[in-house]
Amino acid sequence: MAMSPRKRAQVSRGVQYAILAVVVVAIAFAADWPTLKDTFISPEITPQLFPEILTIALKNTIFYTAGAFVFGLILGLILALMRLSPVGPYRWIATTFVEFFRGVPALIVFIGFYYGLPIAFPGRQLPGGTFGTVTIALGLVGAAYMAETIRAGIQAVPKGQTEAARSLGMKPGRAMVSIIIPQAFRIILPPLTNELILLTKDSSLVYVIGLSLSGYELTKFGREGLSQYTSLTPLFIAALCYLMITVPLSIVVRRMEAQADRAR
Amino acid sequence: MTEIHIDKDAPAIDVQELHKYFGDNQVLTGINFTVAPASVVCVIGPSGSGKSTLLRCVNRLEEPTSGKIFVEGVEVTDPDVDLDALRSRIGMVFQQFNLFPHLTVMDNLTIAQTKVKKRSKDEAVAIARQTLEKVGLADREDAYPAHLSGGQQQRIAIARALSMTPDLMLFDEPTSALDPELVGDVLDVMKDLASEGMTMMVVTHEMGFAREVGDNLVFMDGGVIVEEGDPVEVLGNPQEERTQAFLSKVL
Repeated sequence: MAMSPRKRAQVSRGVQYAILAVVVVAIAFAADWPTLKDTFISPEITPQLFPEILTIALKNTIFYTAGAFVFGLILGLILALMRLSPVGPYRWIATTFVEFFRGVPALIVFIGFYYGLPIAFPGRQLPGGTFGTVTIALGLVGAAYMAETIRAGIQAVPKGQTEAARSLGMKPGRAMVSIIIPQAFRIILPPLTNELILLTKDSSLVYVIGLSLSGYELTKFGREGLSQYTSLTPLFIAALCYLMITVPLSIVVRRMEAQADRAR
Repeated sequence: MTEIHIDKDAPAIDVQELHKYFGDNQVLTGINFTVAPASVVCVIGPSGSGKSTLLRCVNRLEEPTSGKIFVEGVEVTDPDVDLDALRSRIGMVFQQFNLFPHLTVMDNLTIAQTKVKKRSKDEAVAIARQTLEKVGLADREDAYPAHLSGGQQQRIAIARALSMTPDLMLFDEPTSALDPELVGDVLDVMKDLASEGMTMMVVTHEMGFAREVGDNLVFMDGGVIVEEGDPVEVLGNPQEERTQAFLSKVL
């Protein structure tokens, strides 16, 4: 007897679930759980990582990321406005900056920044020590990405908003600050939070700029633990710490997107 | 920056030999017309006739290609004119309302007063409340635009323009985006304004409004003024063939 389309879809889905379950169970049985546990969450090593992994590494990851995000956001806004400027040289400078820092791996930017600046400006130092260096280097990369996001947000605000503001006698800058930018940031809050998550992970690249223990962030901390204990446990715990930052951020993004959908 | 010398005896709007191109496409061809102070001029015509472009040239939201426009004796088309000061005296109402969605009704009505006219917050709020009263929405000052009906939004948009105490008002198809049952409220507000002596230039499809409220009616087609005159005359006894053809379709 021929099945109805609805019945056929149900059977097809049931088969998919069954295959999925078999694969999961097979993998779970095949895996060597005791050794996995000793390697990644070793009961001897894990306690030794605390509290430093939280008080130093997690804290530094958050500080570096937050600093870079704030610096990158401000620079990104300036770059976005430059890209939209009627003044040609502003557009060219901003486009060159964005293309360069978006196109070059962040790791190479960090190395160039750390080794290049002392050669270019002997005897001078960036303000803020390690924090300042990381903030600026990571912020430059973040700014390139955020500039494009902010520019798209500004362009997504309907043209009628600018026309209404200008017809009330507002100057272009006033219309931008009071009317366009607040609406643009509402539009780009979700992608901007994604940039923040990406920056959180990119902050791991600061290991290339020789940090002292008090400057360790999560990945550096995990790698040092790797050589100290010859165990993957420190890296795995560090990975869980990243998730402690990024998963709540993702939830916030989803909430904001849902809210934006409702307001529409 | 040149000083603005307002001449209240001059025509409120004086358009001279206005031409406007979008690329190679000519949308206005040698427009001449004036709006007397305290009068209401309605501009009608098929879509694409250039009537909205003409209106938008008056406060230079569109840049005229050639020709001159004067508002109360001040040349709008002068490259050195203080355009922002001039615009703050010309109220504009859009088809799509264009309220600021991130601001409350009260902030929509006060932001340009405080930032452009440099009025104190208290003064701006007092003026905003008067204009809200005038459009019949005094109880909605804390609402956000998204929570208002289209008709209410358009009345708020009119109130926002009035809060700047403009000398004249431009309306760009103010009821075209509204559900039919909401059109009446907006037209009533505009009628009140006209009866108070506000100078108004209204691009519209509302022939009833044009007949009842308009002092002058301009029919445009293909970027030129085909016919103009007393609204009752033009609507009741059109002289030009194109006017007759258009009116036979819409009336």
